[in-house]
Amino acid sequence: MSIWEYANPKKFMQTSGTVLPWVTAASALCLLGGLIWGFFFTPDDYKQGSTVKIIYLHVPAALMAINAWFMMLVASLIWLVRRHHVSALAARAAAPVGVTFTLIALVTGAIWGQPMWGTWWAWDPRLTSFLILFLFYLGYIALWEAIENPDTAADLTSVLCLVGSVFAVLSRYAVNFWNQGLHQGASLSLDKEQNVSNVYWVPLVVCIAGFALLFLTLVLLRTRTEIRARRLHSLLQRERMA
Amino acid sequence: MIALLVRDLRLAMRAGGGFGLGLAFFLLVAVLVPLGVGPQGATLARIAPGILWVGALLSCLLSLDRIFALDWEDGTLDLLATAPVPLEGVVAVKALAHWLVTGLPLTLAAPVLGLLLNLPAAGYGALVASLALGTPALSAIGAFGAALTVGLKRGGLLLSLLVLPLYIPTLVFGAEAVSRAATGMAPGTALILLAAITAGSLAILPFAAAAALRVNLR
Repeated sequence: MSIWEYANPKKFMQTSGTVLPWVTAASALCLLGGLIWGFFFTPDDYKQGSTVKIIYLHVPAALMAINAWFMMLVASLIWLVRRHHVSALAARAAAPVGVTFTLIALVTGAIWGQPMWGTWWAWDPRLTSFLILFLFYLGYIALWEAIENPDTAADLTSVLCLVGSVFAVLSRYAVNFWNQGLHQGASLSLDKEQNVSNVYWVPLVVCIAGFALLFLTLVLLRTRTEIRARRLHSLLQRERMA
Repeated sequence: MIALLVRDLRLAMRAGGGFGLGLAFFLLVAVLVPLGVGPQGATLARIAPGILWVGALLSCLLSLDRIFALDWEDGTLDLLATAPVPLEGVVAVKALAHWLVTGLPLTLAAPVLGLLLNLPAAGYGALVASLALGTPALSAIGAFGAALTVGLKRGGLLLSLLVLPLYIPTLVFGAEAVSRAATGMAPGTALILLAAITAGSLAILPFAAAAALRVNLR
């Protein structure tokens, strides 16, 4: 039993088909539970009032936006090294989900920033690097859409993803150098005793789990769709040849 | 490789417009911005470093699709791919040729345009130094983008969408170096980081671009 078994599309379709309903249910449960708990059963912050509650959308979305790119990077590497089609399709499937999470993080940040910082947008390093991440996602998706041959597209987007990752990290440090920050420091880190007050912390973790599961659900679903589309395409071609 | 460089330079000089176009565009940007924001010297002096760097970036972008597109169409690229010179070397030479006909003239012309934009006297050294250090990275990154999109019919717009985000670190450090120098601070750190980006791009990107070209030629 190794993970490479799932490089076989048939095996992948079987397993993902059985797993998908469970993952969907779990993500719905976590999201509903976490968001309802967070929105209605936590106290207002003494300084921020109820605007603090946008944290339950903003932080998980931002976290998953970065992790989605990271997952695309790993999937692209696997495609380049081992030529597993499922891997390339999974990278393709993750990109629109990642760009949506990036957009959610940007928009919720703007909605929170308006009453708190008094502005919808500031050229703060964190905000700027997220906007840059958004642009990288757009370029990646556009390249996938532009190339007709699926294998060529997979190769070129994988190379772009690799180079883009390097430059995305460079941009992150470049904008740090370029402007002072307005955004607060990392909300979550593993080496601190207490990150945010416990009343907010537990529902936040539930929401993060929910967003991670949602990402998994959507990527599985979209990868399955891509595989089916690929099969349909080859069936049609065989039909035409006959 | 030298023969290839000479050939590329000749083609750029003679075959219609590619050579002067970037430079003319750079001049236009420097003329249009004061018309847009007003002629006050203080405002112009503040934004001059940014305008000059963004202008250089966009002029570089203009001629990128010509790096490989013409050779791709007439089949020269297939010959180059099977030639004894490694494809990575071909990419590097083509990026160098692109830099010689765009980046270098832009660097040399920049002080004149700085004059138009009322750049403070302290900024000129850093302007020339940062462009000389930074534009090779622009050409290398651009060659990579051009290699990705060479097989596409209308790759021009996509090319800019792919390349411009990759230009961000170069732009930030380049413009920062000039504006630091112009406001009397030391531009050293920014210039060193800019040089690091250029060195890294020159070392890595020819390989990535050659990989992309091989995929496209398959």
